[in-house]
Amino acid sequence: MIELQHLTKRYGGTTVVDNVSLTVEARSIAVIVGTSGSGKTTLMRMVNRLVEPTSGRVLIDGVDTATIAPFELRRRIGYAIQNHGLFPHRTVAQNIATVPALLGWDSGAIAARVNELLELFGLDPAAFAKRYPHELSGGQQQRVGVARALAAKPNLLLMDEPFGALDPIVRTKAQEDLKAIQRTLGTTIILVTHDMEEAISLGDRIAVMDGGRLLQYASPNEILVRPATAFVDDLIGTGDRPFRLLSLTPLAEAVEAGPAEGEPMPGDRSLRDALAELLWSKRAALPVAGADGAVIGRVTLDGLLKRAARPA
Amino acid sequence: MQQRIDKLGVVIALTLAGAAFLPLATYRANRIAGGEGKSIAEALPAWAAVALALVLVAAALVALIRSSTGLRLGTSLAGIAALALAVGFSAIYLTPEGDRYARVAPGSGFWLALFGLAIMAADAMVRLRLGPTARIAGVLLFFGALGLLLVSGVWDGLSILKEYSGRADVFWREAGTHMTLAVGSLAAAVAVGLPLGIAADRVDRLRAPVLNVLNIVQTIPSIALFGILIAPLGWLAANVPGAAAIGIRGIGIAPAFVALFLYSLLPMVANTVVGLRGVAREAVEAARGMGMTNAQRLFKVELPLAAPLILTGIRIVLVQNIGLATIAALIGGGGFGVFVFQGIGQTATDLILLGAVPTVLLAFAAAVVLDAVVELTAKGAP
Repeated sequence: MIELQHLTKRYGGTTVVDNVSLTVEARSIAVIVGTSGSGKTTLMRMVNRLVEPTSGRVLIDGVDTATIAPFELRRRIGYAIQNHGLFPHRTVAQNIATVPALLGWDSGAIAARVNELLELFGLDPAAFAKRYPHELSGGQQQRVGVARALAAKPNLLLMDEPFGALDPIVRTKAQEDLKAIQRTLGTTIILVTHDMEEAISLGDRIAVMDGGRLLQYASPNEILVRPATAFVDDLIGTGDRPFRLLSLTPLAEAVEAGPAEGEPMPGDRSLRDALAELLWSKRAALPVAGADGAVIGRVTLDGLLKRAARPA
Repeated sequence: MQQRIDKLGVVIALTLAGAAFLPLATYRANRIAGGEGKSIAEALPAWAAVALALVLVAAALVALIRSSTGLRLGTSLAGIAALALAVGFSAIYLTPEGDRYARVAPGSGFWLALFGLAIMAADAMVRLRLGPTARIAGVLLFFGALGLLLVSGVWDGLSILKEYSGRADVFWREAGTHMTLAVGSLAAAVAVGLPLGIAADRVDRLRAPVLNVLNIVQTIPSIALFGILIAPLGWLAANVPGAAAIGIRGIGIAPAFVALFLYSLLPMVANTVVGLRGVAREAVEAARGMGMTNAQRLFKVELPLAAPLILTGIRIVLVQNIGLATIAALIGGGGFGVFVFQGIGQTATDLILLGAVPTVLLAFAAAVVLDAVVELTAKGAP
């Protein structure tokens, strides 16, 4: 569990982060979202002491981070940044091995960990371990950057706009992979982004920052349905709100009894996907398949429209 | 229409044609007498003259017509070898039997033909895009071939080697001094310049003053710098106990060493600063974020990434110092400059060449080898 308590950062007379408190549950993803200059990156950098708070403190599992030497603290916390930050003079394997090497793991354990991570991220060790970062595609570089951050098995991973430099298709794939890997490893993640769509799709909890202050810290559903201020409302974008709300619920949670024509859609897809499919194929209902592929019911256009409306 | 004539080849062919009408060798009755040019026909026995002429014509044709790069390189190297052998033979052929005063030196035709063939060879090597290790091997081969020519005695008749044979021990002593000056001042400049560059990169308020002072030092003419150093070093020698004992004096090797060191600092410091500033911000940020200490960040990330530029600084310094060290002879610092200034004093061209040619060859070798090393360290760069 990560507790941020009354964190404030001032540079001269300017307050960049203003008395922010929030708690991130273990094994969950917290997304800090805001415009540039909102203080979101500074807030995150105070967690691993890349920025020292002017006042306030950070507790990780009850331990005050100020009591741990910064470089030791950072070796325990994974760190992934925009544009991956890979070392251009080191191979993929050497890059991933950075923190384990700093921690003094023996070479056998490092090599095993590097192979394990490359496979986890869908990169064939035989093909990729010895390559240099500039020989990889943007998406591959980003995956190596995250693999490097996870190398020493940290319980906490900080990510600063990790998908910012990727094109939309690669970005969506990378986000899904991150969610899957987070579920497998149970790592706690604090992720900073300016993209509300990304925040809603990844976050268990979303912290909305503006002008150094925390405006709202709540679940995506809560943020969409009950935005705390007009600024949060703006950030969501009123045009997209119903669709974002639908995107939060998997089909399996909205099935109704009744017949439907056509190819069934897997139950782990979102209501938004189903709505798009219904609109595009001019149908009023479509069948939903369970995990085993058997049809478990249907979703209807009417049902979806009701769920997309502002809750009473 | 397909172009069949190589543009650079036209220049090379014209150069070779011009060289054929200029004297291959110069004959003088003694080392300071006026020279008398000897054409290819006059300087060589008939068979050798014809053979050399044929080689030059063949080289000109190969240069002129668009041909494969391998053929161009082979022909130009064969031409250079033929020229080197021919000028050696001409010395033996032109020197009267038992005449110890006569001097035969390469003539303007030789130098012009060598120039043309060297351009052809260099052009071919550039087109081959040789890798760094191949280029280092090329330099080693070149010096191997040169050593073979010198040992074989083919060139023993040439005036420059006659000058050498009379002062072989002095030559090697001055060669040692020259290298001590050039490499020693480089080592001192690296030892001081690298930390100074790192400090100037880290501390914003230090950067501009350091670079400005070194820039000013760089603009002082070398002879003036020697002069400026005489007084303080002389004072040191006279007043600091032990200073004179370790060789510090107002004239001699000490001021030359100090001057070369001062000239070396700017390229070292400037390249270190530029190299460190050029390290990708994300890489430095990632290094901090993953828990590297300041020293680990410097040695594991920043210096390796700045290495190509820092080595480029070392290359600039070494090539510059090998050349500048010749001036040291003016204030009694020794080095190859000794022969150059003696030669100027005696109007003995051959003696000047004995100092100048090794200097040029050393600088050339240092440049090629260090360029290759810079390329080898730039691994992983896009």
